[in-house]
Amino acid sequence: MQPPEQRDDVEMLSLMLLIRRFEERASQQYQAQKIGGFCHLYIGQEAVVAGAVAAARPDDYLITAYRDHAHALARGTSANACMAELFGKATGCSRGLGGSMHYFDKERHMYGGHAIVAAHVPLAAGMAFASKYRDEDRVTLCFFGDGAINQGSFHEALNLAGLYKLPIVFICENNLFAMGTSVERSTSLKEIVERAEGYNIPGTVIDGMNFREVRDKLAEIIDSIRQDPRPAFAEIRTYRYRGHSMSDPASYRTKEQLEEFRLHDPITRLRAQLAREEKLTNEQFDKMDKEAKETALASVKFAEESPEPPLEKLYHYTYVNGASA
Amino acid sequence: MREITYRQALNEALAEELARDPNVFLMGEEVAEYNGAYKVSQGLLERFGPKRIIDTPISENGFAGMGVGAAMVGLRPIIEFMTFSFSFVAFDQVVNNAPNMLTMSGGQFNIPITFRGPNGPAHQLGATHSHATECLYANVPGLKICTPATPRDAKGLLKTAIRDNNPVLVLESELLYSSKGMVEPEDFELLIPLGQAELKRAGSDVTIICYAQTVPLALAAAETLEADEEISAEVLDLRSIKPLDLEAILKSVSKTHRVVIIEQDRPFCGVGAEVCYRIQKEIFDSLDAPIMRVAQEDVPMPYNERLEKAVLPSVEKLITAVKKVCYT
Repeated sequence: MQPPEQRDDVEMLSLMLLIRRFEERASQQYQAQKIGGFCHLYIGQEAVVAGAVAAARPDDYLITAYRDHAHALARGTSANACMAELFGKATGCSRGLGGSMHYFDKERHMYGGHAIVAAHVPLAAGMAFASKYRDEDRVTLCFFGDGAINQGSFHEALNLAGLYKLPIVFICENNLFAMGTSVERSTSLKEIVERAEGYNIPGTVIDGMNFREVRDKLAEIIDSIRQDPRPAFAEIRTYRYRGHSMSDPASYRTKEQLEEFRLHDPITRLRAQLAREEKLTNEQFDKMDKEAKETALASVKFAEESPEPPLEKLYHYTYVNGASA
Repeated sequence: MREITYRQALNEALAEELARDPNVFLMGEEVAEYNGAYKVSQGLLERFGPKRIIDTPISENGFAGMGVGAAMVGLRPIIEFMTFSFSFVAFDQVVNNAPNMLTMSGGQFNIPITFRGPNGPAHQLGATHSHATECLYANVPGLKICTPATPRDAKGLLKTAIRDNNPVLVLESELLYSSKGMVEPEDFELLIPLGQAELKRAGSDVTIICYAQTVPLALAAAETLEADEEISAEVLDLRSIKPLDLEAILKSVSKTHRVVIIEQDRPFCGVGAEVCYRIQKEIFDSLDAPIMRVAQEDVPMPYNERLEKAVLPSVEKLITAVKKVCYT
C-alpha cells in the first residue's frame, strides 16, 4: 500500500472496479452454494471506502461492520485471501474461522469485520484511545451503517470519544436502509448527521456516490484530527444496489429508487471525470476492468484449491498461550 | 509475610502491575477521583495520574468495549465493573467481542484484558445487585475466570490475570474486601497461576469444594464438623473456575470418597453442576455417596434479610449436606 499522495484517481478507480467485480463473483459463488452463512455485498458503495483509504494513511486504524469485503480489499488484503475466507479456507484472511462478516488483516491495519450492529463502535473508540495514550498521530476510521445509529453502544462510544477528545472519524455509510427498515422508519431525526451534535462532535454530510468528494472532505477532516486530536462525524450518503444480504430481494424499495442511484454510479462517474480530464482512455478503462474481472475469477480458483482449516487445530485459537514479558 | 486486607492486596496488585508495564491502565466508574467505589483503587490516581487511572461515565458497554479495542492494538486494560451485576450492561462486549476475537480473526488478535470487580451476593442489595455471574461467564469459551477468597490469592491471581494474554475475569467479593490474611512482602513477586486450586484444609472423610465467598463458610463448617461430629473435612478452594483444576479435585475426592460442593451461584447450570459431572465421569467408582451441592435457592434475590439468608448457602446448610453424604 502506497502513501496517499502517490495514489492517484486512476488507481482508486481500479480499486473500485476490483471491489465490484469481487462482489459479483462472491454473489455468483454464494448462489452456487460455495459460500455459507450470510453474505452482504457492497456494490454501489465503492466510493465510500475508496475515498476514505485515499484520504487516510495506511497505518491509520480501520474498523467496520459486517459489510466488510470492500474494506479489506481497500486496505490491500488480496482478493485471494478475501475469497478464500468466504469459502472457509485456511488461506482466508481470518484463516476460514471468521467468514464473510469477520474479515481481519492485522498487518494492513484492518481491525474487522464486526457483525453485532454498533458493537464495534466502542472498540474503535478504544483504538483511538490507544493512539492518544501512546502519543501517536494515527487516526481511527470507524465505519458503520445507518442501522447502527440507534444502538446504545453507538451513543456510548460517541459520548466517550467526545469526552476524551479521541482522534477518530465516525463514518456513517448511510445507504438508507437498515436491513429492510428505512431511515425514516427507524430514526427520530431527519438528518443522521445531527446525531453528532448531541455529543459535541462536528458533523459533515458527504455525497458517497462521488469518490472525489469523499476523498477530499475526509482528507480535510483526517488531516485536521491529526494536528489536533478530536472526534468527527461524517454521514456519507450512498446506496447498495443489492439487498441487505444474499437472501434479501429488497422488495421494501422501488425499482425507480435503485435506477435513480444507478444514474450516479460511483464508478461510471469517476470514469467520466477522468475521461473529461483526458487522464483515462476507454482502452485503459477496459484493460483495468478486465484485470479486475480476472483477479476476481482467479480468487475463486485460489479459494477452491485451498485447504480447509485443519480439524486438529479446532481448539488452537480459543486461547493464546503466554503472558506479557 | 504480613497481614493485610483483601482490598489492600488488590490495590497492591494493581499498583505493582501499573508500575511494571506502561501499557497497563485502569478504567471504570469512580476508579480515579473517588478512589474506587470500594476503595480498591485508593491512591492510584495520585501515583499514576489521570492518563492511566481513568474515570468513565456510567456506560459499561462503552468503556468495556473501549478496553477491548485498546487491547486489540496492544494495550493491557484493566476494566473495573463497580459490581459484576453491572457487567450485564456490557454483556455483548464481555461475551461476544473479548473472547471471540482470537478465533474470529484466525489468531491475529488476542485480547489481553482484565475485567474485575465484586461479584456475588453481598448484603441486602436486592435482586439486581446480587448476581453471581461465574456460571454465566464460565459458559463462554475464550474467557478465563478466577475467584480469589483470600488476600494472598487476590493479589497473586489479579497480577497473573493482568499479565495473561487472554481476557480474564477476576471475580472479587464485596463481603471479603475487609477480610485479612497473610501475604508475602510488597517486593515479593507473587504470581498465582490460573487454573490451580488450593487445599485450604486437609481432611480425610469428605471433600468440600468451594470458591470465593463460600471458602470461609467451608472452613468454618469444617471446624464445627471436626469438633461436633468427628468428621474430618478437606476444604478445596477452586480459586479458578476456568480453567478448572480437575486434577486437584480428583486427587482429593479419590482420598475422601465423598463430596459436597458449596457454590455462591444458582443451582441450575451452576459451577457445581459442571464439577459434579466431571467427578462422576472420571472416578464414579471412587464415590461412596451421591455428590451434594449447596447453592443459592433458584429465585431472584429478595431484599428482606431473613429471606435473603434463606436463599444463600450457609455453614448450617453445608453441615447438613456433609452429614448426609457421610450418612450420619
